[in-house]
Amino acid sequence: MELVNYLYLASILFALGATTVLLRRNAIVVFMGVELMLNATNLALVTFARMHGDITGQVLAFFVMVVAAAEVVVGLAIIVTIFRARRSASVDDVNLLKS
Amino acid sequence: MQTLSLAPWLVATPLIGAALLLLVGRRSDRWGHWFGVLASTATFVIGLVILLDMLGVDAAERVGVHTTASWIDVGPLSVDLGFQVDPLSMTFVMLISFVGSLIHLYSVAYMSHDRDRRRFFAYLNLFVAAMLLLVLADSYLLLFVGWEGVGLASYLLIGFWDHHLPNAVAGKKAFVMNRVGDMGLIAAMMFMLATFGGVDFLTVLGTAGAVDEGTATAIGLLLLLAACGKSAQLPLQAWLGDAMAGPTPVSALIHAATMVTAGVYLLVRSGPLLEAAPDAQLVIAVVGALTLLFGAIVGCAKDDIKKALAASTMSQIGYMMLAAGLGPVGYAFAIFHLLTHGFFKAGLFLGAGSVMHAMDDDVNMRRFGGLARLLPVTAITMGLGWLAILGVPPFSGFYSKDKIIEAAFVGEGWRPWVFGIVALVGAGITAYYMSRLFFMTFMGRRRWASELAGGAGRDGAADGTPVRHPHESPWLMTLPMVVLAIGSVGLGFVLNAGDRFVHWLEPVTGHAEHHEPVLPIWLIVTLTLVLVVLGAALAFVQYAVQRVPTTPPPASALVRAARVDLHQDDVNEGLVMLPGKVLTRSMVFADRTAVDAGWLGLAGGVGRLGGWLRGLQSGYVRQYAATTLGGLGVIVLVIWLVSGQGAS
Amino acid sequence: MSGGEEVLFWTLAPLMVIAAAGLLVVRRAVHAAVCIVFVMIGLAVLYVAQEAPFLGIVQVVVYTGAVMMLFLFVLMLVGVDAADSLTETIRGQRWIGLLLGAGLAAVLLGVVAQATFPPSVGLVEANAVTNPVALARVLLQHYVIAMEVVGILLVTAALAGLVLTHRRRLGKKPTQRALAEAKVALLPTGRQLTPLPAPGVYAQNNAMDTPALDPQGRPLEHSVPRVLRIRGQQRSASELLTAEGLLVQRIQVDRPAPDQNEEEG
Repeated sequence: MELVNYLYLASILFALGATTVLLRRNAIVVFMGVELMLNATNLALVTFARMHGDITGQVLAFFVMVVAAAEVVVGLAIIVTIFRARRSASVDDVNLLKS
Repeated sequence: MQTLSLAPWLVATPLIGAALLLLVGRRSDRWGHWFGVLASTATFVIGLVILLDMLGVDAAERVGVHTTASWIDVGPLSVDLGFQVDPLSMTFVMLISFVGSLIHLYSVAYMSHDRDRRRFFAYLNLFVAAMLLLVLADSYLLLFVGWEGVGLASYLLIGFWDHHLPNAVAGKKAFVMNRVGDMGLIAAMMFMLATFGGVDFLTVLGTAGAVDEGTATAIGLLLLLAACGKSAQLPLQAWLGDAMAGPTPVSALIHAATMVTAGVYLLVRSGPLLEAAPDAQLVIAVVGALTLLFGAIVGCAKDDIKKALAASTMSQIGYMMLAAGLGPVGYAFAIFHLLTHGFFKAGLFLGAGSVMHAMDDDVNMRRFGGLARLLPVTAITMGLGWLAILGVPPFSGFYSKDKIIEAAFVGEGWRPWVFGIVALVGAGITAYYMSRLFFMTFMGRRRWASELAGGAGRDGAADGTPVRHPHESPWLMTLPMVVLAIGSVGLGFVLNAGDRFVHWLEPVTGHAEHHEPVLPIWLIVTLTLVLVVLGAALAFVQYAVQRVPTTPPPASALVRAARVDLHQDDVNEGLVMLPGKVLTRSMVFADRTAVDAGWLGLAGGVGRLGGWLRGLQSGYVRQYAATTLGGLGVIVLVIWLVSGQGAS
Repeated sequence: MSGGEEVLFWTLAPLMVIAAAGLLVVRRAVHAAVCIVFVMIGLAVLYVAQEAPFLGIVQVVVYTGAVMMLFLFVLMLVGVDAADSLTETIRGQRWIGLLLGAGLAAVLLGVVAQATFPPSVGLVEANAVTNPVALARVLLQHYVIAMEVVGILLVTAALAGLVLTHRRRLGKKPTQRALAEAKVALLPTGRQLTPLPAPGVYAQNNAMDTPALDPQGRPLEHSVPRVLRIRGQQRSASELLTAEGLLVQRIQVDRPAPDQNEEEG
């Protein structure tokens, strides 16, 4: 089977994640969308590593995971803080940037 | 001359006085006026020292330039801060500092009840400094500094009582009309710079003979415009009458004796240049002749004592301009008349001030009358000044004015007849209106209510005229009047003896060949005296013998016109102000409709675009994310298209 | 690329796509979490299939184990119940989102389709010393600085989590005495000192939403938690009693009389 199929899958997952970010209002679900996008890239990286016979791709995916973990910690903390302050986890309620 | 280096102090002394009085401010209120008098007198003493020194040397050595410093030195233009000391400038220095000091003294008493007396003296000192700079400057540019300085001082002093709106307006009027003349001087300087490559007298006047006639005429006419503005000659004469709004000492010093004669000084100083432009000289003479008649006619109808004197000043300066326009024949007489006029007109103004002082600042001559007995010193000094301006021998006016009339008759073709007859008739009219002024004020019946005579109450007589109790002015005021009256009497005789004054000025004006007038001199003198006597007699009958109505009686169209200054303000408004207003209105309209609309439209468009773009800033994170993703998509697409196409 | 891998891929990939699409349509955040957990585990399997067993394990441990648990904790903090209404509030956002998503997918797929890839090398050689060792060699030789920096990043993130969620006490911590005094002070307003009665326990029902009965048999309204009362989710005691009474009757009808003792016992 063609390895490129993994890339197609990664593309679709990435697009779905992005769409989730655009469409869902619950900040936690939006965040899941972001995670999905990160995972999709990881899949692509792993596939490239295999394609080129170079393990560095996997190392890079490993770094992505670590950074994503850090990001999740901070992101969720922010969501919790916002929820405490505004009693809502909807990203639409956080619209103070409005002119 | 050894004392040449004292020249800068002539300007510096009153300038220091002015600066000190203005900077120290209210703290100097108690002694400020005496300080002003001191500064002015010190200037006179310095001038006297230089004059005596000058009299001690030969005529050829009397012209000197003292250069203090380099003022402007840019490229080919080099102007020094230099002082021209010669018989002409020293004549002015003596006139300004002597009459100025007397008027300073007079003002101490005249302004004694004014809260701002110290400020008044500061301005007077400033004026003296600027005027001396004007006459001592060795270049047109430095002269211009003094020229503007006296304009400023004049403005400040006309509007000195600026809490009263008409005074402030009069000051502004004088200032604005003077600016018109100043433009002439600036333009003339530009011409000089282009033609001669310099603006100092040495360069310009030294090489004036070599310049072509067209340029010389242009410069001459522009100088005439400047002179018209400063000396209140047609067509820029309208400000002088209103300038009488200032305190009377100001009218005496600035608007009679000195500043208004600056135009004559400018023309006489520029004599060599005007020699090269006969057309400009003719125009100068015509302007002088017209103004002479204009002022005389207006003077006949004015009931305001100061405005009548102002009209007279205008007329007398017309004589000087006429003389200046006649060429070297007239220069010396122009300055001679200027000098004697400075004395007797200042004396007359101070007398008018004294009368006003006695009559509670009333200026309407129709409510004077019979004051001679109550104000003897004023009446006698004014009477001497009156005889002087009439040109009655042997008073000083006779020598100066008669010479101008004689000079006006010199020449060929139509000119001597026209100018001569105008000057002659002018003398007759002058006699009439000055006599009218004198008789209305000092002779005839009393047309004011006296507390002693009238049985009326404190506030007014039965016919509504206010109660007056005239009294002679204090000695501080009468002393300058007496001194000036002595000058009015003797100055002409003393200076004319053996053509002393003409020879004195020769180093500057050049030696004029003696020309015979078209009429015999004895006939001109006789005619003049006959006309003067006729004019005075007519005035005597009308205003001393007959009853003078306290309100202006109905009169002919000419008199009515003369009462409103021959409609000078209407002419100015119609010819200048109205088109100017129309121009500015149309400019404003164009500005609003075209320029403003364009830029406002642009601004509005930007604003609307911003407003529309603001709609994008919804504050919704998801919309921002969508925008980001859209942008990313576009970038990826572009990269893909560009590199993909390039690769394949 | 054995046939087995192909089967695995074609089995897993559609399911993963469906699960990922579920993220878009499910209403409850918990369900979304379940969806994403499925995708992540699927990815872990695919990693293993792609000769990256270490990453597969890490994926399970870090993502499904730690990250998603964190998500669930937060979900519980925020409220598991809060169902997300799927009706779009921003005008046009749904279409813009879908269009952009589709556009992104098209671009990405297009790029992948356009690109020419070298023939696959495979990781057999690279993984000769086993995958974790190979990874560790690269990671700790070439990327050791990055590794350290990432470690610092993690520590920082942990600190950030602490700081952000830290709640500052605004007042002094009340002592037990103060609390007791406050309770006593509130007595006149109708509050009581003793703990509230527990909800009722019935023959067929033992839940928070049913009120207890007082000795006279009247329902005690305040035995039901306040939140339920406000939400109107409390059940009335009389209904329950009636229903139980009916049940008792039906049982008595079904059974003969002697059995009555049995029920009482």
